[in-house]
Amino acid sequence: MAEAPQSQGKAAAAWTGFISWVDERFPLTETFEYHMSRYWAPKNFNFWYYFGVLSMVVLVMQLLTGIWLTMSYVPSGDGAFASVEYIMRDVEYGWLLRYLHSTGASAFFAVVYLHMFRGMMYGSYRKPRELLWLIGMAIFVVLMAEGFFGYLLPWGNMSFWAAQVIVSLVGAIPVIGPDVMEWVRGDFLISDITLNRFFALHVVALPLVLVMLVFVHIVALHHVGSNNPDGIDVKKNKDENGIPLDAIPFHPYYTIGHDLPAIVGFLIVFCAIVFFAPEMGGYFLEKPNFEQANPLKTPDHIAPVWYYTPYYAMLRAATFPLFGLTAKFWGFVVMAGAIVLPAVLPWLDRSPVKSIRYKGRASKVMLALFVLSFFILGYLGLVPPSPVATAAAQVCTVIYFSYFVLMPWYTRVEKTKPVPERVTMP
Amino acid sequence: MKANHLLLAFFLLPGVLSAAASSDWHMEPMDPDLENLPSLQNGARLYVNYCLGCHSLQYQRYERTADDLQIPHEIALENLVFTGQKIGGLITNAMDRDQANNWFGVPPPDITMVTRVRGVDWVYNYMKTFYLDESRPLGVNNKVFPNVGMPHALLDLQGIQRSACIQVPKIAENGGEMRDPLVPGQPITEEKCGQLVLEDGTGLYTAEEYDQAVYDITNFLYYVSDPSRLERNRLGVYVLLFLVILFVFTWLLGREYNKAVR
Repeated sequence: MAEAPQSQGKAAAAWTGFISWVDERFPLTETFEYHMSRYWAPKNFNFWYYFGVLSMVVLVMQLLTGIWLTMSYVPSGDGAFASVEYIMRDVEYGWLLRYLHSTGASAFFAVVYLHMFRGMMYGSYRKPRELLWLIGMAIFVVLMAEGFFGYLLPWGNMSFWAAQVIVSLVGAIPVIGPDVMEWVRGDFLISDITLNRFFALHVVALPLVLVMLVFVHIVALHHVGSNNPDGIDVKKNKDENGIPLDAIPFHPYYTIGHDLPAIVGFLIVFCAIVFFAPEMGGYFLEKPNFEQANPLKTPDHIAPVWYYTPYYAMLRAATFPLFGLTAKFWGFVVMAGAIVLPAVLPWLDRSPVKSIRYKGRASKVMLALFVLSFFILGYLGLVPPSPVATAAAQVCTVIYFSYFVLMPWYTRVEKTKPVPERVTMP
Repeated sequence: MKANHLLLAFFLLPGVLSAAASSDWHMEPMDPDLENLPSLQNGARLYVNYCLGCHSLQYQRYERTADDLQIPHEIALENLVFTGQKIGGLITNAMDRDQANNWFGVPPPDITMVTRVRGVDWVYNYMKTFYLDESRPLGVNNKVFPNVGMPHALLDLQGIQRSACIQVPKIAENGGEMRDPLVPGQPITEEKCGQLVLEDGTGLYTAEEYDQAVYDITNFLYYVSDPSRLERNRLGVYVLLFLVILFVFTWLLGREYNKAVR
């Protein structure tokens, strides 16, 4: 017993020795300090700062469950649908892998939308974080593609028809459209060939791109430092050691103090869905997708999964041809515009302040309208088209775009509040 | 371009047809119960005897079904497997798709997941609403799926059902049944057409027994559509309990760090 402290001391010394051995050959401690224990994060993070780390949690979960699903999935028109049911029934805990992955897709978009909203609310896209924001937007676009390609893989009837509808959008491009559409599908209709290339993109190409983009997203973040709910630059107030007064080490104060309970809280909600309502009433797993893909049987109502519906509603909102180009083409343009427009936010926002807390009433009203229009569009994208729904979608599309297009004007003319010197704690 | 349009019409036509086949029949709700083993076992028995000849359950295995429904393998092989398959085999049938197409106009689909596609209410009501209709090739029609190509497979169990005009209690504006003010308790009725009337004594089962049989088949199909559902719910309770306890500890730990920040 008397030897215990001594042996502990020995073990600790051995560990320190090992770390210094590694440090001489690889910047282990340096990297850990730069990104974790000496990364100074503003101390006033609130609820909205959970969703970045939650996105990473979901990404890792999607990668892991995806790898295991790939072990039993058969990427072919004949085998895909049956192999998914094989996973659901015959693979040990295959149902769990599949439901984690399918629920994970919805969760991914939920946390990413909230993460993006946080950035919009607190002006996290403003100088010097423009590039950080652009990388984030690239992640968002890749994520949408990743979700779209993945949705074809179960080879259910909605998989088939959703892919049919979305790929046919390419066909609306004047002159070259039909040829490009054929090139994308690799066939005259969505077929085994399409399924296989979507599989390759979904399991290899896009996850690689996604992981690399997430990596550079974090590199960029840690280079410029995190924004905060006040939109104050915490690097302006430093102590004698050069440490920002309003910042705390990311590790352990955010990793354990802030993020860990949030991750567990998220998992509670997530697992409640996985174990008790994986279909989520047909919103996470759509009913027609439990039938095998059938080119001769169109589902009564083709609707994308909920996370695409705001954009789908905007696609359908374009109902008239313009300048000799078809309505479908303009719908495609509107949809693509709606997806990429947030990328230019850093150059649209002319406000002297970053955070919504200190912006004027116009910004607050516009942001509220933007969120409202996004939700209404999300609903309209789920329901079959009707004259009323189309008119509502058109109004909401105009509001959605107004938030961006009018921003240079309303952020300049409105009266802002004075920004405090130091951060305010939640 | 013309070929494209033709192709589009070709794709859209079945959609138009299937849209026309929907009905506004008032559905009786069906509440499945996966803990009711006798119901599931009876459902399996009825299914292999009356349905499996045409409708396979090709994603599900006999063994899994027998194990989940607590049917010993010997009994299952004797009473459920009529195809000479082994217990580990998938629940398939010998229906020739081309022949079936000639007989019914469409090959009978695999219905492993029919309750996930159409819902349990639909399946339950569908089996209850076949009625005689001489205008149809197979002599029967259906209220839930009008002009369906399927014969009434359970006809000998249910007996003959007709669509007729009958007197039904008149419904008042407030939603209650109207009563005759002169004869206490006597309902005021009105004629309603398209109602189903069962001819007593024409089936092997009474109306109640038939309802139960249809309930059991639907219940069984509900089980087959997602056989891990019970296991999932059972496991989910433990997972959530663990996470809630973990949350308490991580929250308390987090609170200590937050105190230090303040």
